[in-house]
Amino acid sequence: MNLLTSLGLVASEEVLSGFGLLLLLVAAWGGDKAARTVTVASILALAAVAVMAVPSLMLSRAGVDVSAFDGQFAQDSFASYAKLLIYLGAAVTLLVAPNFFEKAGVYRAEFPILVLFAALGMGIMVSATDMLTLYVGLELNSLAAYVLAAMLRTDERSAEAGLKYFVLGSLASGILLFGISLTYGFTGSTNFGAIHESLSHGLPTGALFGIVFVLSGLAFKISAVPFHMWTPDVYEGAPTPVTTFFATAPKAAAMALLIRVCVSAFGSQTEAWQQIVMAAALLSIVVGALGAIGQSNIKRLLAYSSINNVGFMLLGLAAGTLEGVAGTLVYLAIYVVMSVVSFGAVLMLTDVDGNQVEAIADLGGLSKVKPGLAAAMAMVMFSLAGIPPLFGFWGKFVVFMAVVKAGYVPLAAIGIAASVIGAFYYLKVIKVMYFDEPSGKIGGKCLASHTAIVVIGCLFISPLGYLLTGPLGRLAESAVSALTHG
Amino acid sequence: MNGFPILSLMLAVPLVAAIACLFADAKGARWIALAATLVDFVLGIILWSHYQVGGAQWQFTESVPLFAGFKWALGIDGIALVLILLSVFLMPMCIGASWLAVQKRVPEYMALFLLIETLIIGVFTAQDIFLFYIFFEAGLIPMYLVIGIWGGADRIYASYKFFLYTLLGSVLMLVAMMWMVNLAGTSDVPTLMEYHFPVAAQKWLWLAFFASFAVKMPMWPVHTWLPDAHVQAPTAGSIILAGVLLKMGGYGFIRFSLPMFPEASAYFAPLVWGLSMVAVVYTSLVALVQSDMKKLIAYSSVAHMGVVTIGLFAFNRQGLEGSMMVMLAHGLVSGALFFCVGVIYDRLHTREINRYGGLSINMPKYALFFMFFTMASVGLPGTANFVGEFLSLGGIYQASSWVALIATTGIILGAAYMLYLYRRVAFGEQKNADAAAMPDLDGREWTMLALLAAATLWMGVYPESFIAPMRADIAHLDARLAQAKPKGDAQVTPGNPASVAPTEEEHAQGSAE
Repeated sequence: MNLLTSLGLVASEEVLSGFGLLLLLVAAWGGDKAARTVTVASILALAAVAVMAVPSLMLSRAGVDVSAFDGQFAQDSFASYAKLLIYLGAAVTLLVAPNFFEKAGVYRAEFPILVLFAALGMGIMVSATDMLTLYVGLELNSLAAYVLAAMLRTDERSAEAGLKYFVLGSLASGILLFGISLTYGFTGSTNFGAIHESLSHGLPTGALFGIVFVLSGLAFKISAVPFHMWTPDVYEGAPTPVTTFFATAPKAAAMALLIRVCVSAFGSQTEAWQQIVMAAALLSIVVGALGAIGQSNIKRLLAYSSINNVGFMLLGLAAGTLEGVAGTLVYLAIYVVMSVVSFGAVLMLTDVDGNQVEAIADLGGLSKVKPGLAAAMAMVMFSLAGIPPLFGFWGKFVVFMAVVKAGYVPLAAIGIAASVIGAFYYLKVIKVMYFDEPSGKIGGKCLASHTAIVVIGCLFISPLGYLLTGPLGRLAESAVSALTHG
Repeated sequence: MNGFPILSLMLAVPLVAAIACLFADAKGARWIALAATLVDFVLGIILWSHYQVGGAQWQFTESVPLFAGFKWALGIDGIALVLILLSVFLMPMCIGASWLAVQKRVPEYMALFLLIETLIIGVFTAQDIFLFYIFFEAGLIPMYLVIGIWGGADRIYASYKFFLYTLLGSVLMLVAMMWMVNLAGTSDVPTLMEYHFPVAAQKWLWLAFFASFAVKMPMWPVHTWLPDAHVQAPTAGSIILAGVLLKMGGYGFIRFSLPMFPEASAYFAPLVWGLSMVAVVYTSLVALVQSDMKKLIAYSSVAHMGVVTIGLFAFNRQGLEGSMMVMLAHGLVSGALFFCVGVIYDRLHTREINRYGGLSINMPKYALFFMFFTMASVGLPGTANFVGEFLSLGGIYQASSWVALIATTGIILGAAYMLYLYRRVAFGEQKNADAAAMPDLDGREWTMLALLAAATLWMGVYPESFIAPMRADIAHLDARLAQAKPKGDAQVTPGNPASVAPTEEEHAQGSAE
């Protein structure tokens, strides 16, 4: 494989980095006045790379043909599936960000560029087929994310969120790196294929520790219990558009990365990681559900909800079958859309002057003041709770179907029974919006761009979404097929 | 009706109307809702008239592979047909019952009721087990909102209890369904009904389904959500809850638990009998001491549902047919009773029995109808309940005479609490001036009660109209259950009578034999 082919395969990463550097220059000379222009250009760049990802996914490309730089990077259908979700999350963030930041002070031109670099890092993460590529992508993403969390420099909460995220994130990166070094030491390679091959001959204790540390590091990134503590604080403290970003793109990237590491690198020792994933899944479901009950801030509540949902996604992986992985991917896609809708709706919750309203109690009587917004929130809450006929049910359905098929009926029963606990706090939000009297806190006008995002998202999570079950399932299968290839 | 998707149309009409309601004002929404429910009623009548008794088991079938893991498969048999008829008959009544009673957020209210109608019809027509589940679960959302927005003082607690109770019951059923579909390789309900699941697995599956249906039914001791939900729901909510939603539990037993797990059903029959006996006796006694009219009728519903489960698990045709008839009759009669309560609640805004009295003096027409439905609830011959209860209890007598004995006391207790209620409300002196000043039924109320009374009488005098469509299906189910049928305790065997004073020789002969 020559260098030119390799460079051709990483075209979308080149586009993103090229655009990012170019826009950085524009920002340097244009200043914050150029922020909106930079944003539009960034969205276009994301749209372009998203289009570039489509053929690979449609054609189920996999194997050596799409492997670049001596097996360090794979532009396969699995990576493309995750990238589409990542770019979607990043683009939506950029759509909702300008108005928020202009209201809060200044919309800085670095913001869209940081989002682009984060997206670039995530693209590398999901394409990585080597531990070191993985780490480079992860760090590129994380460094951008730490800054994003602290974007509102004058807001103490935002600064605190950035610092917390940075300290805990570095710790997790350290753990991950330690795991990588152990794995390398006991298997002799950092390449996923070589690790797979080496582990198929047996599992040395050192390598088991390597697996545990690698999974711990990644569990931090997807905010799975017991590495979830940062999530509520960061979600609450970060500016809402950034929270939208955290809840969608990095979640999708880290989940995809975890899947690839588990299946490609550690696939020959499924039992070794399956128990860990199972425990993390059940704990995430339960802790996510119980933790959310006492929350009074809608962003914190959604943070716990994301922990809870990650638990369900992990259940698919815990099944240890390709069908389970496909289920996780379907859930991931639905979850990204649900997050977009929920945070889009949260951004639309403003008082008469356009200031953000975040306390759940202030949502009282929203259904009378803004019936459309309340209906959208109610839909997304029922959908997150997995109540049919909303589309969120389908994600749970495919995951549990895979778990049952793999023979883990008790796991499925416990998981699904715990989902009832989760339903309680989603109902609480609906109760406040529909049953309580108007709080008088909500007012102002909704922006057309936000409305459009929420309406499109709502159509997707409405029962109409079920018409997509076929195509979505096929795309997920196409993505998964790349994991076992070669 | 060859190939015309009438069932899909019946689902679409209320759904479209529900969306239309959201964009209408209060008056418009009322008329849209009434029109849509009446159209569905007409469609239901067409369905009934085109249903071929003795024809194919599944009629009006549709199947479109729209989704990945399951199909848009609809179809009905006789059992589903009569339950659909009950639903489409009660729906216009619900709209009528809330015509004036609901003044707050009317378009949303009507939209939710129409949505409920779609989901109910969906439950009874779904031929794919997952499609069934979606319709079955989705009903929680509109009912939660109806109770929570338009309910009484304690509505929030009631709505939570309703939602979480029924959700917990159902999710385990989902896991069981997934397991079954994996084993059988199909999610088609008619195929699953013929599939033979391993007996050991059947028991687990049966329990998972039982968890869901027992809550929906509701059976003692998981019935506690019902009185709360009923008391807090608006009148129409109570009618639809008692009239149709409770039937989903019974329908679930007869469509899933019994035909799919016959052996497990037989194994657990004593459990069901036990719970049902407690339900019949205990909840009847609880009903006797209620001071809230709706709560009293809610508890009587639990008692009646006890008779339904007893009949279902009698494992013979009499019992099964009887259960179906009790379900239909209870749908009409309890719906009518809730409406009767609603009529006076609209006038005095209290459900306290003590606040009324002597209503037969100032509201004679009302008292007449209330009397009629009281009698029907007690199970007077000539009314619908009598047919069903008689058959159910006759059926269980073949299986267990003790259960029959205890369950029959429910009728006596039923007479006690209903007549006691009636005496306190309608007879006696007019102790409260405001209650004595209430006007009698108006035209709308009179029409609705008259229609309900006519249907109750029809079902009581000529039940054949309703039993005929489901006879073949019940027979089919009975044949399926025959292999697993538990042995009855009252098997009459021909005796071996000894002669009066046996002589020595005869005795010797007898022992030689």
